[in-house]
Amino acid sequence: MKIKSADERLFGAIGYTYIAVMALLCLLPFLLILGSSFSSEQSIIRHGYSLFPREFSLAGYEIAFRNPDVLLQSYAVTLFVTAVGTVFGVTISMMTGYVLQRPDFEWRNKFSFFFFFTTLFNGGLVPWYIICVKYFGLKNSIWALVLPTMVSVWNILLAKGFMRSIPFAITESAKIDGAGDLRIFCTLIFPLSKPVMATVGLFTALMYWNDWFHSMVFISNEKLYPLQYFLYKLLGDIQAVRSIMEQSGMYIESFPVESMKMALTVIVTGPIVLLYPFVQKYFVKGLTIGAVKG
Amino acid sequence: MRHSFRKRVFTHRTLLLMLLPAALHVILFSYLPMGGVVLAFKQFQYTLGIWGSPWVGFENFRYFFQSGEAFQVTRNTVLYNLAFIGIVTAAQITAAVFLSEIGSKFFKKLTQSVMFLPFFISWVIVGSIVYNIFNFEHGLLNSVLAWFGAAPVNVYGEPGVWKYLIVFFKLWKELGYGTVIYLAAIISIDSEMYDAGKIDGANMFQRIRYIMIPSIMPVIVILFLLSVGQVFRGDFGLFYQLIGDNGALFAQTDVIDTFVFRSLLRSSEIGMAAAAGFYQSVMCFATILLVNFTVKRVKDDYALF
Repeated sequence: MKIKSADERLFGAIGYTYIAVMALLCLLPFLLILGSSFSSEQSIIRHGYSLFPREFSLAGYEIAFRNPDVLLQSYAVTLFVTAVGTVFGVTISMMTGYVLQRPDFEWRNKFSFFFFFTTLFNGGLVPWYIICVKYFGLKNSIWALVLPTMVSVWNILLAKGFMRSIPFAITESAKIDGAGDLRIFCTLIFPLSKPVMATVGLFTALMYWNDWFHSMVFISNEKLYPLQYFLYKLLGDIQAVRSIMEQSGMYIESFPVESMKMALTVIVTGPIVLLYPFVQKYFVKGLTIGAVKG
Repeated sequence: MRHSFRKRVFTHRTLLLMLLPAALHVILFSYLPMGGVVLAFKQFQYTLGIWGSPWVGFENFRYFFQSGEAFQVTRNTVLYNLAFIGIVTAAQITAAVFLSEIGSKFFKKLTQSVMFLPFFISWVIVGSIVYNIFNFEHGLLNSVLAWFGAAPVNVYGEPGVWKYLIVFFKLWKELGYGTVIYLAAIISIDSEMYDAGKIDGANMFQRIRYIMIPSIMPVIVILFLLSVGQVFRGDFGLFYQLIGDNGALFAQTDVIDTFVFRSLLRSSEIGMAAAAGFYQSVMCFATILLVNFTVKRVKDDYALF
């Protein structure tokens, strides 16, 4: 047992306190939502949201699960967008990163700058929006949720950086054996790039899963609402709540509006929180590699 | 020469094809919109399109600057970003320093997991949390105040307090993320450096100040520079979900991004939105160049390009 000097003990005391306070502050809002979701409507109206339900009730969840069509539709949209966007996005980023670091590719610096420049200057929201809507026809299309963010230059640069550590000799000897560039990439390089693939994949998937901006800007068709936007509409839009109320056929007075909102928030956030313990270490690893290299 | 160029293209034909998807994407979604900045100087009419719409010179900029909007949103954007960079970074580094020295592995893992969690939820949910705490009728704050017998407060109608709330929730959301990065940098420091310091008689606080912090300075500087380069770009998600269309708070909380968004999609003032957006892109570009140039003068290897 190491004997700690006075300054080390003082430091430890301050440290534990600071971290404990920060962690608690991070945790409490989640408990607030959770507690409110299990509170009865009456207790919310009378006493407001609370960490611990004053009056326990599952009414909010009941309503959410009794008419799950809208919710399931949103889940389907989100899953589709996330899966397609992530798979294509990661593949393209990796492929591009590989090409850009090939020492025998004489235009790699020009192309790298071609990609990198877009992180320095962009045209702004207005031209991007008008081009997407008027010229690409993305209004109310599910592809509006997938395409605009599919390729990220940062991911390409990340992939490029990682792949530089794969010896060029592998590519060279494969070429001597007569293999084409694409084949080399698919069968040799891709399997060796699992770490950066995991990092890029997870961050891309998280971005797609949490996206609500593209829905807000491009989608007015309810059937195409992904999860976060569905929740956003539900929390703020009286119309959205009313349509669920009508579907359930309940009396407006006894409808647990606030409780249902909280229950749906929990249901929408649920997957992320449940998956979190399993994926957390991959995110940490991804950020860590970046930090040490930086 | 032309023959040689075609030959070279042929040699690299597969590599070029492999670049095609990404290049196409970047052309369509980044370079074409760059060409669209001319909209800032035109009066856009949907049916005429970008090229067909008439030129109006600096007319769009006139209102944006003369009305005081430009100053207000610029001031807000820059000040909030500086506050974010300063306060959030300091909190993250502090947390990383403490975490690196904490003994209990369980405590370390648990608190780090909890602090990282907010990073994974969307601003929609954060907006909901803020509403749950601060709204007038059902908010947690007011019910706690009522319990103490105090009068309820109308936070959503009180512009002055939001700068603190916004910085707090930005910190809440990003604390864990930055802490992970700084902690990784700290862990990679050779522990012999601390032992040498201890032998020389340095106490805990001195070892942190003179060994730990300087060793992770490269990471701190790079992240700082990346943030400063974006000082004219507001966090749209944060501001739109917490403030939304609540006009009472705009003077204190409106940033360039939310202003452009509303001008384009709520009030259809496309010309002004385009002008403000172009202004923002130019300011961002200039800032990045300036920051990079300054850093190059001071210490070349920290520069971005």
